[in-house]
Amino acid sequence: MNLTLKIWRQKDSKTKGQMVDYKVTDISEHMSFLEMMDVLNEQLINAGEEPVAFDHDCREGICGMCSMYINGEAHGPDRGVTTCQLHMRMFKDGDTITIEPFRAKAFPVIKDLVVDRSSFDRIQHAGGYISVNTSGNTQDANATPISKHDADEAMDAATCIGCGACVATCKNSSAMLFVGAKVSQYALLPQGQVEATDRVKNMVAQMDLEGFGNCSNTGACEIECPKGISLENIARMNRELLKATFKS
Amino acid sequence: MSVLDSKVPKGPLKNKWTDYKNHIDLVNPANKRNIDVIVVGTGLAGGSACATLAELGYNVKAFAYQDSPRRAHSIAAQGGINAAKNYQGDGDSTYRLFYDTVKGGDYRSREANVYRLAEVSANIIDQCVAQGVPFARDYGGLLDNRSFGGVLVSRTFYAKGQTGQQLLLGAYSAMNRQIARGKIEMHNRHEMLDVVKVDGKARGIIARNLITGEIERHSAHAVVIASGGYGNVFFLSTNAMGSNVSAGWKIHKKGAFFANPCYTQIHPTCIPRSGDYQSKLTLMSESLRNDGRIWVPKNMEDVMAIREGRKKPTDLSEDERDYYLERRYPAFGNLVPRDVASRAAKERCDAGYGVNATGEAVYLDFASAITRYGTEQAKIQNIKNASEAKIYELGQAIVEAKYGNLFQMYEKIVDENPYKTPMMIYPAVHYTMGGVWVDYNLMTTVPGLYCIGEANFSDHGANRLGASALMQGLADGYFVLPYTIGDYLSDDIRTGKISTDSPEFIEAEKEAKERLEFFVTNKGEHSVDYYHKKLGKIMWDKCGMSRNEKGLKEAMAEIKALREDFWKNVSVPGGMNEMNPELEKAGRVADFIELGELFAKDALTREESCGGHFREESVELDGEQKGEAKRNDKDFAFVSAWEYKGEPADAVLHKEELEFNDIELKQRSYK
Amino acid sequence: MSKFFTSSIGRKYAMALSALFLMFFLLQHFAINILSVFSPNAFNEASHFMGTFWVIQYVMQPILIFGVMYHFIMGFILEIKNRNARVVKYAKNNGSANSSWMSRNMIYSGLAILGFLVLHFIDFWIPEINTKYIQGDMSGLLVDGEGYRYYEELTHKFVNPLRVGAYVLAFVFLSLHLMHGFSSAFQSSGVSSMRKEKLQAFGKAYAIIIPLGFILIALFHHFNH
Repeated sequence: MNLTLKIWRQKDSKTKGQMVDYKVTDISEHMSFLEMMDVLNEQLINAGEEPVAFDHDCREGICGMCSMYINGEAHGPDRGVTTCQLHMRMFKDGDTITIEPFRAKAFPVIKDLVVDRSSFDRIQHAGGYISVNTSGNTQDANATPISKHDADEAMDAATCIGCGACVATCKNSSAMLFVGAKVSQYALLPQGQVEATDRVKNMVAQMDLEGFGNCSNTGACEIECPKGISLENIARMNRELLKATFKS
Repeated sequence: MSVLDSKVPKGPLKNKWTDYKNHIDLVNPANKRNIDVIVVGTGLAGGSACATLAELGYNVKAFAYQDSPRRAHSIAAQGGINAAKNYQGDGDSTYRLFYDTVKGGDYRSREANVYRLAEVSANIIDQCVAQGVPFARDYGGLLDNRSFGGVLVSRTFYAKGQTGQQLLLGAYSAMNRQIARGKIEMHNRHEMLDVVKVDGKARGIIARNLITGEIERHSAHAVVIASGGYGNVFFLSTNAMGSNVSAGWKIHKKGAFFANPCYTQIHPTCIPRSGDYQSKLTLMSESLRNDGRIWVPKNMEDVMAIREGRKKPTDLSEDERDYYLERRYPAFGNLVPRDVASRAAKERCDAGYGVNATGEAVYLDFASAITRYGTEQAKIQNIKNASEAKIYELGQAIVEAKYGNLFQMYEKIVDENPYKTPMMIYPAVHYTMGGVWVDYNLMTTVPGLYCIGEANFSDHGANRLGASALMQGLADGYFVLPYTIGDYLSDDIRTGKISTDSPEFIEAEKEAKERLEFFVTNKGEHSVDYYHKKLGKIMWDKCGMSRNEKGLKEAMAEIKALREDFWKNVSVPGGMNEMNPELEKAGRVADFIELGELFAKDALTREESCGGHFREESVELDGEQKGEAKRNDKDFAFVSAWEYKGEPADAVLHKEELEFNDIELKQRSYK
Repeated sequence: MSKFFTSSIGRKYAMALSALFLMFFLLQHFAINILSVFSPNAFNEASHFMGTFWVIQYVMQPILIFGVMYHFIMGFILEIKNRNARVVKYAKNNGSANSSWMSRNMIYSGLAILGFLVLHFIDFWIPEINTKYIQGDMSGLLVDGEGYRYYEELTHKFVNPLRVGAYVLAFVFLSLHLMHGFSSAFQSSGVSSMRKEKLQAFGKAYAIIIPLGFILIALFHHFNH
């Protein structure tokens, strides 16, 4: 199929960017979206132009590196997939596809479609861990039974890949689904209880500091999340913060 | 006497590690504060090493080419992690895990290292649970296990199909704690360009900031390379797009020996290539072979009819199908080890029986499993005279519960419903057992330069068992390196800060810059990918699942020619003082091309078949095992460690003889 | 605690709490208004009680005014903050693919309700305050002295079709606001209404029945007088 692409081009973080039109031809419907981008880039290189920079790595939907806003949706029109898992069969011959970087004040553009998501890392530094020494002399793994239900729910929260689609999708650029997922994982496990109070307070404070917006419960993040992280995690984070406030 | 000293401690196997730990030199906590360690790569091995080293008190500088340590490709591991916990009470033990790993590696690994790995495996699980890794649990709240290929016990711990992700996030969280404390200085989006040696010791690296293009000098008292495997030398693999050999190759060129480059694991159950545009291959968990039956059509007419779309696979009756694994290996059937299953698929496809347009695909069929489970369910639910459709429906529910996410992934990629029509699979490059040679301390042949995880060669011999890669990465990082590195660093407590203004740093930076300058100024004709794809084709055709002398010699010559062409005609757009993904790729592909040649040379030298390395000249000629791989323990029970001498073809071979005192060498048989 | 209410989540709680209070008030308001359809007398009695009972007048009324003001002001502050969290807007954004119109446009339905409240205050609250606290007439009786004035005042307001139209429109917006607001308030307070279907169904019913009821009351009086 033949397509018109409208792609955000921006030389670096300081330069102003704009949408530029490109044409690609003979795209197979079995290609992944990023393979289509590879075709475009090969075409640009051969024409002596600069290829479009975009983040990508594992190309199997788990590293969380790829991050495009395609036709007005994070990771494009398919559900439960990242951009690297999006296939061209979702589009039709002659389509015009708009491709933009994930946009949020806390995700500044580095170049073209590449954005800086280090704000997520800094939120994790603020408390996304359990303070246990890596001595290997911790208690036996089976010493504390954990109910299957809690372990499974913690696992569901922990599947977050930190791609930032929730922020990109949210009309308020809120990071609450991401932070809620991490807070939830530890809140559901006994290991996480000791530091629960400080963890949720510090992580939320850091989130606010990074300039993310507020949650207004539109639920868009849950729909666009490639890993189906549930809104329940945000509710749990809210409870955890309230609990933490009363405790101290 | 070989120049290689493996430094394996004396004494009985099971006391070696404990005794060793009791006698090595330590650095006192006050002195650790004055010692810097550089870690390149932040996957399971690098990330866990960073966390432990920082916790011990060293100042760690960590480097990752991704935008966060959480993105390292360890994250993509699906199945699980082995540990000799014996929670299932099925007779597992440290010895049994050790034995299975050595046997699975086709007796080409170092006994002492593997035993230590098995020994610390149990600690890994304790550690990860304490960190909040949500492993699967049973209804009693205790940890669940599953079983994996090539072993007789259930010792694999897992977190759904995302074990690697959860373990990596665990290591990442341990790192975060140390980053918050200021003990780890994290350099994301940085790539190591070279290692710097001062007075023969590794004292730092040259790195490029991938956002600004700035070249930076970083010094330390020791350097740890944890940069993962080199499967991308084949262009198409299940590795991440950015996975590369550059760190490993750069240290090889500075004196670290490279061991067993030809040992590559080719995983049998991957989604086949669909066209020339393909950029990477996707793995489907090995667990699928528990219930799937692998086949191709018996008759060539049916193959053609299927390829042309005139027939569907479901149109073929049972006796028109060739269940070739069940035919060739009646004892193990579809559950033969990875290398055997892969070669058998290739054999059928080479004979022309491949079932898709590219001719490189076989079927993995769940119809009989669905029927079997359905019948069983009908009985359990007391449904009399269930219709075929009902049975299918019941069976499908069971298969969905077991493999639902994999089936869904397949359907997203291929756009076919694997419950209705058989899956298509084909082997793909997955893991590299070879890597930088290290001694028992995980130190390379360069003092102060360490190599851990998939990047080193140590524990898997010629073939890796499922769920062992995660185990090795975390063992090296959490529990082995942090001890052994102290032995070396104890001599460095009076050294003080290493200056980055020495001639060695200036020279290394200059060389690295010159290379980048060459790329951006050389206005050649071909893109970097053009060369990478060509290299991949040579490697796959001639150094892939089966190898022969003629092909390997051709490969060496072709890769050399490709290398010469690359340095003349490669074209890299953009500049070096900016984010430039093509420039990054150029550097990586340049190193892959050199490695490819050494790879072929290594494969050529090893005139035996072992594990993932299959030489067509070395097969059983008669008897029950006729046509199967033949290992040659008399002449080849050694590690090939290659010393760099300018051209890959001129590399000098050093042999580390492998001694097996606790295990008897046996031929593998799956008939 | 002060830190809590300046955090993003604390503000959500505050928005939710004020919303829950306002929804309770709305229910109470509706209960009294509906009396006017069935029994002018009962309506008058209830109105007089509400208008003169000190707890209502001096405790609940200030709380209500604070709640309304807080909900509006905080709503605007959050909206501005949220808009600032994305400096460059998307060239193409397909919001309807993943969220409801109501949830994305709370600020607009809120503004429509604010407009209505201004009208409502001019219509009822200011005359009421004037009569009671400036003129000092706490009797609640009509000027000519025959019975309470509340029902008369109510029906009088619904004569003008333009005003009735504005009321109807405002309540449509209120319905849209509540459609998202009800479950959102529970989700924000940590009760996951998105998951608890019964609560969500109740919210939907509330968001339709209450505003529709107000509309019907307005229409009833318009066409009966």
